[in-house]
Amino acid sequence: MKIILTLAAMRIRITLRNKAFLFFSLVMPMAFFFLYGSVFAKGNPIVVRYLLGPVIAMSVMGTFWGLSAQIVTWREQGILRRFRLAPVSALSMISSSIMANLLLILPTVILELFLARFIYHVTNFGNVLSVFVLALSGIAAFASLGLIVASVTNTMQETQIINQLLWFALIFVSGATVPVPDLPKVAQHVALFLPATYLVSGLQRAMVDRASIFALVPEIGCLLIWAGLAIFISSQLFRWEPEAKLPRNAKLWAASTILPFVLLGIWENHNGKLLARAASMMEERPADKTAAPEPGTPPPAKNP
Amino acid sequence: MANPILQVENLVKRYGDVEAVRGVSFSVEEGEVFGLLGPNGAGKTSTVEVLEGLRVPDSGRISVCGLDPQKNAIALKNEIGATLQATSLPDKLRVGEAIRLFAGFYKRTRNVDDLLERFGLEEKRNAFYNQLSGGQKQRLALAMALVNDPRVLFFDEPTAGLDPQVRREIYDIIEELKREKKTIVLTTHYIEEAEKLCDRVAIVDHGKVIATGTPRELKQRSEHTSRIEARFAKPASKETLKGLDGVVDAREVDGEYVLHCQKTAPAIVALVKHLEAENNELVSLEISTPSLEDVFIELTGRRLRD
Repeated sequence: MKIILTLAAMRIRITLRNKAFLFFSLVMPMAFFFLYGSVFAKGNPIVVRYLLGPVIAMSVMGTFWGLSAQIVTWREQGILRRFRLAPVSALSMISSSIMANLLLILPTVILELFLARFIYHVTNFGNVLSVFVLALSGIAAFASLGLIVASVTNTMQETQIINQLLWFALIFVSGATVPVPDLPKVAQHVALFLPATYLVSGLQRAMVDRASIFALVPEIGCLLIWAGLAIFISSQLFRWEPEAKLPRNAKLWAASTILPFVLLGIWENHNGKLLARAASMMEERPADKTAAPEPGTPPPAKNP
Repeated sequence: MANPILQVENLVKRYGDVEAVRGVSFSVEEGEVFGLLGPNGAGKTSTVEVLEGLRVPDSGRISVCGLDPQKNAIALKNEIGATLQATSLPDKLRVGEAIRLFAGFYKRTRNVDDLLERFGLEEKRNAFYNQLSGGQKQRLALAMALVNDPRVLFFDEPTAGLDPQVRREIYDIIEELKREKKTIVLTTHYIEEAEKLCDRVAIVDHGKVIATGTPRELKQRSEHTSRIEARFAKPASKETLKGLDGVVDAREVDGEYVLHCQKTAPAIVALVKHLEAENNELVSLEISTPSLEDVFIELTGRRLRD
């Protein structure tokens, strides 16, 4: 445990010294925050509250990007093997990654809530406990996604390609940029298989519907089970050496982490209320349709 | 071999079809500085990285501080310290933080400030890793290797790529550790380093140990008892020189003739007579015992740094 804390503290320190990290974890989320708040919601507190879900979700989802890039860079540069020379296990490396990310991303989420309160005068955040539990579960889940990406890619180039693809899927088919009810029918059903969708809708339900953590058990549970699976599998697949080969069945293992969302997706597609709820939450907004973000929202080009 | 702290028997390490280490055996006594000397690609790094527990051997028996690097990995890591060849630290990590960070991984640790002072890094304490020179990075690596006060140290090519002055600094550090009776295994392709620092040397080539002994023993084992370096007024034929009494081999390097001799005195007499007959003159002459380089050439037929 002491080793994990020592590693996490070091990683927070050097990540904060990384200008790319500050840009992607602070500047970008703030840009989204003000874009959504001032342009899409036109400063209307009720709409801002509705859009805060997607904004927080995007800050949370971004975790996987920096983490995968860091692990792959460290592996490529032979930094990981120096740690391996010391009594540091793969699991301490992984746990410290998640811990560092929780502590690095949470302040951004708090800042977003704070700014919503004081700039857009949002006075009611619904169930705040649910918001925090969801945000923390989401950071753990998406940091784990970063670990999986790092385990299955060999070079920084591969990592960045996979990250771009994942990022597009996560923000466009999850309700983070285009509300799920506005997506084409096929995409709506696809969205039900994506963890991001549950994070976005969970956050919206917590803030708009005041959903308690008990009401959000499927969302929170799935994110946490996903995180747990991904941590386990990435600890099995962890590679310290730049030239270490990926075991042949590794990608299969990595793919198996999506299992909880496949199950949840199938269930939601059959008996789900998520689509209906998302539609009703959108209806309840006092603003007209134009208040919703346009489908052409410029994608953030992340390149740490 | 009374009580070796490190033992390797028949170590084999393959990478795909390439057999990098082909049955290496040696043992190291406590307090000894042991060198693995050989050209690049001889299998030195693979050997030490197996001993450090970083690589899995294909076969062979290994014991370091009485531990098997594969079965007792964590226990072993607490007992050893090492500098690696292909490694780095995060760019934005400060020197002092790096040592403190690694100190945090062990139960037994040395004082961080003492290490910074000893390795001349106090002034660089707050410098980022990416601001350090090659020599400073290597001194930091050595300081980090000592952070857990290890029983056995592994230095993989500790001076490769450093300029001569920095290399001497590193030698001083290793000699100081030697005086403290630290057990050190170092790999090198520099003859000078092996002769200067090592109590015993194993000459490694193509994944095999081809000779082991103290530098002096190895040189004595050489069939050439001496080496004559001479300059002449006029050029001489290498072939004729080779044929002289007592001379085994003759080479010309930048106008200087290097003769390897089995019997020194007859060789000198023969050389002087030959020069007289040829109406040539001796400009300078130097007699020395063979170096490890000569031993290496003799054993492998190649120079060390080809």
